[in-house]
Amino acid sequence: MNLTLKIWRQSNAQDKGKMVDYKVTEISEHMSFLEMMDVLNEQLINKGEEPVAFDHDCREGICGMCSMFINGEAHGPDRGVTTCQLHMRMFKDGDTITIEPFRAKAFPVIKDLVVDRSSFDRIQHAGGYISVNTSGNTQDANGIPISKHAADEAMDAATCIGCGACVASCKNASAMLFVGAKVSQYALLPQGQVEAVDRVQNMVAQMDLEGFGNCTNTGACEVECPKGISLENIARMNREFLSANVKS
Amino acid sequence: MSGFFKSSIGRKYAMALSAFFLMFFLLQHFAINILSVISPDAFNEASHFMGTFWAVQYVLQPVLIFGVIYHFVMGFILEAKNRSARVKTYAKNNGAANSSWMSRNMIYSGLAILAFLVLHFIDFWIPEINTKFIAGDMTGLLPNGEGFRYYEELAHKFENPLRVGAYVIAFIFLSLHLMHGFSSAFQSAGASSMRKEKLQLFAKVYSIFIPLGFIFIALFHHFNHH
Ligand code: HEM
Ligand code: SF4
Ligand code: FES
Repeated sequence: MNLTLKIWRQSNAQDKGKMVDYKVTEISEHMSFLEMMDVLNEQLINKGEEPVAFDHDCREGICGMCSMFINGEAHGPDRGVTTCQLHMRMFKDGDTITIEPFRAKAFPVIKDLVVDRSSFDRIQHAGGYISVNTSGNTQDANGIPISKHAADEAMDAATCIGCGACVASCKNASAMLFVGAKVSQYALLPQGQVEAVDRVQNMVAQMDLEGFGNCTNTGACEVECPKGISLENIARMNREFLSANVKS
Repeated sequence: MSGFFKSSIGRKYAMALSAFFLMFFLLQHFAINILSVISPDAFNEASHFMGTFWAVQYVLQPVLIFGVIYHFVMGFILEAKNRSARVKTYAKNNGAANSSWMSRNMIYSGLAILAFLVLHFIDFWIPEINTKFIAGDMTGLLPNGEGFRYYEELAHKFENPLRVGAYVIAFIFLSLHLMHGFSSAFQSAGASSMRKEKLQLFAKVYSIFIPLGFIFIALFHHFNHH
């Protein structure tokens, strides 16, 4: 396949940045999107130009590092995949592909397609954990009875890899799908109850502080999320937040 | 509860609450208006009751005015905040791939409704206040004293095709606003997925048929009095 790429280039956080056109040739349809980017970068390095900076780590859809807004969608046109799992067979010979960084005030661009998602880390630090006494007398988690339904829903929520596609896709740059998943994975389990009130209040407060927008239930996040995190998690977070505010 | 209504989620609840009230108001407004098609007398009776009963005039009416103003002012505030959450926008954004047109354009359908409400205010509400509270005529009778004035006034308003056209367009926008908005309000209020399917079906039916009903009423009177 021969492709035209329109890529956002920005040399650092201060740079204004612009879209730049590139041509890549002989791209195999079996390549992943990131491998295609590797081909482009090799080409640029050989020409003595600056390669395109992009995030990646595991390249198998589990770490949440890869990002990119491809042809107007986070992680590209395929469903339920991250950019590293996106195959070039989703595109046709001669296509023009627009590649931009995830955009949100709370995700500032560091360089080219790399954005700073540490706002997510700060939300997690605010309450996305449980405090467990690890003195050696810890109760075995399997010893606590949990209904199958709750366990499944908690597990589904816990599959969120914190990639930020939800924020990138949302017209309001809202982080509620991410925060909803992180609140839900504990709200559904007995271990999460002790800190439930503080957790949701502190995480939501941090989310608001970071400058994410407000959810208007468009549902774009759910569609673009590589892990299929459901809007149900946002509804659950809303319930948790209301009850926490009534209790405190 | 301190700071609840300043938080993002608190505002979602408040938005949903004001929206639920508006949905309730719209339904009762429809129920009375449709009487004008079925029985002018019943419509007159109902209008006179609503227009003079103290609980409606001095309790529900102020709540309604507050609800409408709160709803659109908060709508504007949220829209401004949400725009500022993405300073640099995408060169290419395929919103249609993941969300409905209605959900992405609530502010525009809302603005169309607001424009209509201004017209509606000047058209029905100010003359009503004028007659009742400025001129002090609480009888609800026609100037010649032969029966109630409400049905006559309504029928007269819908003679003008421009007004009817504006009504039809406004209610199409209202329908678009509610097609996303009503089920959105259930989600905001935290309805769980088990209940959501039925609630969403109800919301869809309401969002299409209530505005359609208002359009029908306007057209009915327009073509019946010519
Ligand atoms: C007066 C002009 C209006 C404006 C400017 C306006 C604006 C908005 C905006 C921007 C939203 C999205 C905010 C969000 O979802 O968080 C919204 C939601 C909504 N609006 Fe309106 N609106 C208006 C009138 C109305 C009327 C008359 C009704 C009903 C009769 C209505 C029903 C709704 C509903 C049900 C929602 C969804 C609430 C939620 O998601 O919780 N709106 N409106
Ligand atoms: S909810 Fe989905 S899209 Fe959002 S951060 Fe988690 S995995 Fe990524
Ligand atoms: S690189 Fe780890 S999820 Fe894509």
